[in-house]
Amino acid sequence: MKAKHQRLVLIVIALVALIGASLLAVYALRNQASFFYVPKQMVESPPDVGQAVRLGGMVQAGTLKTLPDGVTVEFIVGDGEQTVPVRFAGILPDLFVEGSGVVAEGRLSADGTFVADNLLAKHDENYVPRELEEMTEHQRKQVVAETIEGTAAKAPGAP
Amino acid sequence: MHGFANPKRFLSIANWLTPLLFVSGIVLSAVALWWGLFNVPPDRLMGDTVRILFIHVPAAWLGMGGWTAIAISSLVFLVWRHPLASLAARAAAVPGAVFTAVCLATGSIWGRPTWGTWWVWDGRLTSMLVLLFLYFGYIALAQSVAREGGSSRIPAIFGLVGAVNIPIINRSVVWWNSLHQPPSITMGKSAIDPAFLVPLAIAVLGFSLLFGGIVLARMRALLADIQADARLRRKAMGDEALA
Repeated sequence: MKAKHQRLVLIVIALVALIGASLLAVYALRNQASFFYVPKQMVESPPDVGQAVRLGGMVQAGTLKTLPDGVTVEFIVGDGEQTVPVRFAGILPDLFVEGSGVVAEGRLSADGTFVADNLLAKHDENYVPRELEEMTEHQRKQVVAETIEGTAAKAPGAP
Repeated sequence: MHGFANPKRFLSIANWLTPLLFVSGIVLSAVALWWGLFNVPPDRLMGDTVRILFIHVPAAWLGMGGWTAIAISSLVFLVWRHPLASLAARAAAVPGAVFTAVCLATGSIWGRPTWGTWWVWDGRLTSMLVLLFLYFGYIALAQSVAREGGSSRIPAIFGLVGAVNIPIINRSVVWWNSLHQPPSITMGKSAIDPAFLVPLAIAVLGFSLLFGGIVLARMRALLADIQADARLRRKAMGDEALA
């Protein structure tokens, strides 16, 4: 065996070990490194009441309503399987609309409502010009449905 | 492969390839940016802020591509001991770091109007920031080895180990829930409308050619540095012998 072949084998073994180690680390971090809870996790194994967490999902169509005080809004966030009601008082981000993704920062209250201190709009992976919006409405709905399925599928358990 | 390891043959190719890459890269990037900044329709949700896509995505691609180049060059250097491979890795580090910084800056500027925040610690953003710090570490290490002397194998090993972060960046939005959206382009499928995709593809190609030109130019400069050093050393030794 020539010296350079020896080096190649050595480096390949080292790389395989390194990749194996980082895959294990990533697997262990699978839940901890997630940026937010999806509604399914929030319902099935809820975090402690009052603990600061994030909730991410789709704003269900037709559920957004403004309370009589004029600044508090309520809406329902879903992932296709479970839903969580959310209450938020403050300025809504520009991209916040019914049917789009949202990440709410806040805490779960005792009655099961998620009280948000801050809302982040989550953009999906689709880039469509305004003029073509109507043409691709059906396609967009399909993609949204797929996205929701994907989100639910990769959330095997609670963090 | 061994043919390219010869610095003379490398220079005879690099001498004409460098300006070719620079000119074609600048022309394509300029066309793509003009197209993207002034001639694409606004996005259905984001409106005009979508135009930052044409800088953000090529910068992200080259930030990750730069480290991939470092890793491959480091592997070639460690196994086949080609000195040029070590130079190529050093030459790719600074432009790679610059593009990573551009990606982070444009992403932050883009995040404010679309997400409602400059920065969040989600998987994609954090792993990209780690890449920037890896670049800083690599540059410092390679410089100190070049200046103070020491084995070029040390930065090469660092370059290989750091490559573990590249697939993590790529998969971060799939493995973990993140604020950053999942990949738009996957295995021949694109969720980006052709109206945006065509100028984006041209921008990626143009930026990449430019990156190649920068790496070649830096390799030539590093080679010239080494040759000048060697000549000075020979001269100094010759003077001592005379005295």
